[in-house]
Amino acid sequence: MTNYPFDVAAVRRDFPILQLPAERPVAFLDSASSSQKPEAVIAALATFYRTTNANVHRGVYQLSEQATFEFERARGRVAMFIHANHHREVVFTRNTTEAINLVANAWGNANIRAGDVILISQMEHHSNIVPWQMLAQRTGAVIRAIPLDTHGRLVLDDLDTLLEGVKLVAVTHQSNVLGTINPVQYLAQKAHAVGALILVDGAQSVPHMPVDVQALEIDFLAFSGHKMLAPTGVGVLWGRRAILDAMPPFMGGGSMIRTVTIEQTTYAEVPARFEAGTPMIGEAIALGHAIDYLSGIGMDKIAAYEEQLSRYLLERLDEVPGLTWYGPPVGHDRGAMASFSMEGVHPHDIAQILDGEGVAVRAGHHCTQPLHAALDLPSTVRASCYLYTSTDDIDRLVGGLTKVQHLFA
Amino acid sequence: MSDMYRDLILEHHRYPHNFGTLEPHDVSQEEHNPLCGDRIRLDLRIVDGVITAVAFSGKGCAVSQASASMLTDELVGMTLDQVRAYGKDDLLELIGLPLDKNPVRLKCALLSLKALKAGVYTYLGQQHDMEELD
Repeated sequence: MTNYPFDVAAVRRDFPILQLPAERPVAFLDSASSSQKPEAVIAALATFYRTTNANVHRGVYQLSEQATFEFERARGRVAMFIHANHHREVVFTRNTTEAINLVANAWGNANIRAGDVILISQMEHHSNIVPWQMLAQRTGAVIRAIPLDTHGRLVLDDLDTLLEGVKLVAVTHQSNVLGTINPVQYLAQKAHAVGALILVDGAQSVPHMPVDVQALEIDFLAFSGHKMLAPTGVGVLWGRRAILDAMPPFMGGGSMIRTVTIEQTTYAEVPARFEAGTPMIGEAIALGHAIDYLSGIGMDKIAAYEEQLSRYLLERLDEVPGLTWYGPPVGHDRGAMASFSMEGVHPHDIAQILDGEGVAVRAGHHCTQPLHAALDLPSTVRASCYLYTSTDDIDRLVGGLTKVQHLFA
Repeated sequence: MSDMYRDLILEHHRYPHNFGTLEPHDVSQEEHNPLCGDRIRLDLRIVDGVITAVAFSGKGCAVSQASASMLTDELVGMTLDQVRAYGKDDLLELIGLPLDKNPVRLKCALLSLKALKAGVYTYLGQQHDMEELD
């Protein structure tokens, strides 16, 4: 695999952490958890604090106006990146989790009644399960889950039955464990046919492939900045304007008001209505720069490269005796990650030995206990790639796994 | 790394001592580590305040299983007072693992001790502050 869609070596040079003069450079294979940051993003964050720092939407002085301009420009970059109709449809949140909680509270409390059904799937991250359970406990709603086949794909044969009484479908675009990419547009059409809305957890898809909310025909999209080269502390909720406009606030406080008296408050327009308090200004601006970086390479090219990486990763893992990886077969809709187990070796031991070899992976249940229960797995090791991952990183993973094999054989 | 997986740990992991369950038992305590799903069940027989038999069962990483195996080797003949005095540092010295800077794996190593303490304190009808072991 020498024909890459972009210059991977040059991309790697943009990431200071991949250049650390360590004894051995780290083979970072935990990008599904949180990505590394390119110099452009780190510089944007530092530049904001060095030259532009002030609160937004308040001051009449130049610094504040400049900060507000940069902050709102970042919102515009996000809107264009996901093909939103309007920048006002983009709400900055802390992360994916907060974005989902925002919908579960603001939209959910106003629209969900006892007996209503919220349809999720068996492969959801806890952040797309627990907020709905909490909503169900408040309202008497019911949670239903789309089951999985043995390859970790959604079983949609009985979707019409599953959709009975459903008010909201909340599914992940791409599994954070199996890499399965779900047929979101089909689910959106089916949801809309029964009058339900659809929320998509894009935490694992938006960083890795072109995501177009119009083409997908969805109503809400939640994702995190820190998984797509941006700092922690900034995430996004995108929602259709008419739906957001009709939603009551989530948290109360400054910024989200129009007028306040001791007795009552009228609320601001969206997105300000959902952004109570001083937001993550520098981080949101840095997210805008992360999007510029990704767009500069091209999301289609990044997806194409990750497709190559995915094949290489799974082929190399097949060479390790006693190793089983989970999720869709090579060539089917799946991202560049693999969760696996090894006969007779606990995932924590595997991850620890790999760490000794300078290979960073995740071990555990990856915030998906129902998924692990469905596949009857105690926990797994996950190796996940991004645009800066090299085949050498994967080779080092496989070398480390061979050591594990020898040690525990 | 090689320190963590020295022969003794791997040996106890492969061939754990005192593995199984006790029927009847005076104490049967299960503990689990929600982070990684490790589970340990520890069974004890106690006569006149002295542990006379011990068995453990469960599933988990080499560190948690080997630690349980080594700890259970120490228990027969120990008085409940001695169990109460037995602490984290004693166990770490016993298993000989450098876990000071590895809080995640420390939890694995301490899981069996947590089961022991919780089981014995419940048996004695006493409360114990488990924070040290969490």
